[in-house]
Amino acid sequence: MDAIVTEDLQKRYKAVQALDGLSFSVREGEVFGLLGPNGAGKSTTVRVLTTLTHPDSGRALVAGEDVVRHPNRVRRAIGYVAQDSGVDWEATGRENLLLQGRIHAMAGPKLHARVDELLGLLGLTDAADRVARGYSGGMKRRLDIALGLVHRPKVLFLDEPTTGLDPEARSLMWVEVERLAAEEGLTILLTTHYLEEADRLAERVAIVSRGKIVVEGPPDELKAGLRGESVTVELEEADHRAREAAEIVRTIDGTSEVKVEGRHVRSRVPNGAQAIPAILSALDGRGFPVASVTTARPSLDDVYLHYTGREFAAEDEEGTK
Amino acid sequence: MQTARQTAWMVVRQGRNLMREPIWIAMMVIQPMLWLLLYGQLFSKVAPLRSGASSYIEFLTPGIVCMNAFFGGSWSGMAMISDLDRHVIDRFLAAPASRLAIILSQVVRAGVTAILQAIILLAVGYLLGVRVHGGVLGFLVVFAAAFLLATVFAGFSHGVALLLRREASMIATANFVGLPLMFLSSILIGAALMPGWIQEISRFNPVNWGVQAARNAVVFDGPWGPTAVYLLLLLAATAATSGFATWSFRAYQRSI
Repeated sequence: MDAIVTEDLQKRYKAVQALDGLSFSVREGEVFGLLGPNGAGKSTTVRVLTTLTHPDSGRALVAGEDVVRHPNRVRRAIGYVAQDSGVDWEATGRENLLLQGRIHAMAGPKLHARVDELLGLLGLTDAADRVARGYSGGMKRRLDIALGLVHRPKVLFLDEPTTGLDPEARSLMWVEVERLAAEEGLTILLTTHYLEEADRLAERVAIVSRGKIVVEGPPDELKAGLRGESVTVELEEADHRAREAAEIVRTIDGTSEVKVEGRHVRSRVPNGAQAIPAILSALDGRGFPVASVTTARPSLDDVYLHYTGREFAAEDEEGTK
Repeated sequence: MQTARQTAWMVVRQGRNLMREPIWIAMMVIQPMLWLLLYGQLFSKVAPLRSGASSYIEFLTPGIVCMNAFFGGSWSGMAMISDLDRHVIDRFLAAPASRLAIILSQVVRAGVTAILQAIILLAVGYLLGVRVHGGVLGFLVVFAAAFLLATVFAGFSHGVALLLRREASMIATANFVGLPLMFLSSILIGAALMPGWIQEISRFNPVNWGVQAARNAVVFDGPWGPTAVYLLLLLAATAATSGFATWSFRAYQRSI
């Protein structure tokens, strides 16, 4: 049975069509990544699936229950770790967890044992009886995750779990999520606008753009589906000449999806080793000194560009406005 | 049953969190005393104001108890704004938390605070010569009036908090509603001294229901029949405003 099924979800906020026929499904026990730039509709999807808001139309099942018709059954089956921390700052870590357990109708020694277990699992035992106001960003985030796990949910929603964390805390969080997925036997739906996060954590990803799923599959398959490689040429020249250089690269046989990022010109080619000499000699012939050349296997960035025709970073910035 | 249990634990949460705020405790204790002493002094020479009480301070004490209760209630929605801003409410709503329990816990917290302040006020009043002429029943009526006035306005305040969700808007609303209701009641002066139209309006003012009940208990030792009616009216108003606040979750959830 699928842990999550959505069919043709639509949701509109005034001028913005946040969800525009969104459909996907998540298998039981897998880590599934919803990947997309800011404003693509990921958080709205999670708010619908966690019963926080209603879709305008379409259907969603979580752990076999309809989110609109039986919201309380869904709520008992899920853990929700929101993008913004939901920690009660004036309460201690332990008090936060105990109340969350009580909301889930847990009580007594069982509840206390579970809270102790989670405090240990997420490395919060020493801070357990301190007021959460004094916690670091990473500690609050781990407490958030513990709050989502108190009642042993079947499905865990992690909405942008590492946004706002420094790189070190982020990689610690990745290890944490991987461990939880293995130890707690959970189905995890993870949203992220970090391509490498989806690549690292998710067994399957769905790329969301403008309220729709653009493509869905294991990251490796998506990347393999693109075939070819990307070639990045770094120019010694200033930025404005990079556009001219890009025009030259475009004229070479076999190059596609040419784009400029500062002094870098990126393009997609079927075979890097064969394309590089042609690119270099064309640029050299027109007087463009090249600082370096690198080739890379396709990234999810390339997958995004390929399927949406838009660049991930630019779209991400657009969505933040 | 589940709602009652959740309400109780959420009240525990709020009480515990507030006990960690020394400034809040200090303000809760000092502010009512300040009102009582300030207004008591200001109007002490105007003999007709006390309308039947043995001193103006005796007339004023039940009024200040009620003023504190309804001001406290009106401002209590700020706690909801802070919980919304910190996303604690979203966390509760995505868990099987009863909406009514979330509201009732806040409303009960406001009511209990009002009773604590009433105790402080009656103690300070005692030192100034104020006696509760209604005896034990009188004390109970004063506490009930304080509790219910706070809950009526706390329900309203939380509904507004869920609809507006911004501190500045909340402050504006609380002031807009609070001050007129205070002056359209007999908190500071007896009803007989009010202009006729204010007397008429004050009959429909929940603040005044509380003041009448508390004043009957402190100054006059009854009559208890009309006093009970006032308290029942306040209870009905609490049900209405708490219902409004619980309903406001829908508007909030549509907006997120």
